[in-house]
Amino acid sequence: MNERTTYRVAPAKVFLALLSRDARVTRRELPFFLIRTLMQPLMFIIVFGSLLPKMGFMGAQYKAVLLPGILGVSLALSAIQSVALPMTMDFGWTNEIEDRLLAPIPIPLIAIEKVVVGTIQGLIAGLCVLPIARLIMGPIPGLTLAHLGETVFIALLGSATFSAIGLFMGTAIKPQQIGFMFSLIIAPMLFFGCAYYPWKGLDVVPALKYAVLINPLVYVAEGLRGVLNPSSPHMNLGVVVAVLTAMLIVVGWLGVRSFLKRAVK
Amino acid sequence: MLNAIETHELRKVYTSPAPKPMRGAPPSANGDPRGPGGGDVVALDSLELAVHEGEFFGMIGPNGAGKTTTIGILTTRVRPTAGNATVAGADVRTNAVEVRQRIGVVPQRPNPDRSLNALENLVFHAAYFGIPKKVATERAHELLQKLEIASKAEAKVDEMSGGQQQRLMIARALIHEPQILFLDEPTVGLDPSARQSLWAILRDLHAQGRTIVMTTHYMEEADRLSDRIALIDRGKLLALDTPAALKARTPDGSLETFFMSLAGHKLD
Repeated sequence: MNERTTYRVAPAKVFLALLSRDARVTRRELPFFLIRTLMQPLMFIIVFGSLLPKMGFMGAQYKAVLLPGILGVSLALSAIQSVALPMTMDFGWTNEIEDRLLAPIPIPLIAIEKVVVGTIQGLIAGLCVLPIARLIMGPIPGLTLAHLGETVFIALLGSATFSAIGLFMGTAIKPQQIGFMFSLIIAPMLFFGCAYYPWKGLDVVPALKYAVLINPLVYVAEGLRGVLNPSSPHMNLGVVVAVLTAMLIVVGWLGVRSFLKRAVK
Repeated sequence: MLNAIETHELRKVYTSPAPKPMRGAPPSANGDPRGPGGGDVVALDSLELAVHEGEFFGMIGPNGAGKTTTIGILTTRVRPTAGNATVAGADVRTNAVEVRQRIGVVPQRPNPDRSLNALENLVFHAAYFGIPKKVATERAHELLQKLEIASKAEAKVDEMSGGQQQRLMIARALIHEPQILFLDEPTVGLDPSARQSLWAILRDLHAQGRTIVMTTHYMEEADRLSDRIALIDRGKLLALDTPAALKARTPDGSLETFFMSLAGHKLD
């Protein structure tokens, strides 16, 4: 056996092998993953996007505001969870990420691979929600898919940012505290993320209007509003892209650093 | 003789408690490893080692002696505080990727990828080393056969016993045909017959010319398997020689007595 070939391998090839491992696991767990992350957005769609408008408590116009926001929430939740939850397991008691940490690839690339996988899962979630939402909500005034490329770009940038947040949370927070931290961070993020109302609406509470700018979901929801329903009030798309890119770089750097701390003692 | 591994003045200080808790016993009967920094723990203190190519190298020491830290540094998973180490000619600090390419590691506690079955664990691990799927699958079946867990190929990891998982870890460490195999206390928690069969596997691997580094706190295990044994205590090398030469240094010919005479306390 010792006379057989030892294969040399380039980091790019190892990266692809790591991706194919995650693709296999994701494919196997996809239904559970979708139920876990999409249940809450779907309930919102049913209640706020269908029931309340039918009861006459909400105007049809609200659906146009809600849909991009729900899309943002779905991809945010799935991107964060698909990275943070496995990460706490991987570095927890089972320490099962070890076989990947022994792979001949620079360790930061293992962290980046996780962010890529989270980004893809975020996109998949968004892709599932959009048609379901349209189906349940019925016709949505002003909704257009004319800017599909821009829509995918904003969704991609948002997913990547939330995936990086997941990497940071999953590596920086102790496994025992992850549930607690999720409640502490995720709920305010969702409700102050301008997902269920436009940012412009916060003119009525100026202090809150500027406080929420720290929240990446604001930019994702507003950006998606801008591309899916350009006639509705929304934040400038240049600002959206610039801030999300900056956030991705900063949180990505923090996440990789935190991953490295856990991976190499 | 060429050296597969060399360390010079290797030192590791953990600023917080060491990552692997010391099982059972308090740190040391006659000395506190905590340094002047309060919470700092000196796990390795100027360790000098040279492991020859093709050698079966045993490392013996009590819990907390620094064995796992040494393996951690040599396998690039722990960063040394000072000193340097080369593994298969590559520096563990500056060329960690190259080191990982050439080594296989069997951890103290089995840590298979629980999202994959046994066969997938091997085939994906091989893929991380650039081995084509067809070759990897052939090698995986061969290894599972050899390690007598072929019936578990499609089994979820959770359905395998501790001993079977440990064998899977050995298969994983071997699938990419590494030059050097590291085993960190591989027989802890195994029953006597599983231990015997693991010994047979290790002897076989050694006979094929592979360099093997194994830590243990069982004297008998090190004595039976190793070409040379390093006795380590509190991060320092106490002695390094063949089992016969070490035993010849005490009147009763026992490694335990020899360790006690050097360290001033028992092995366990």
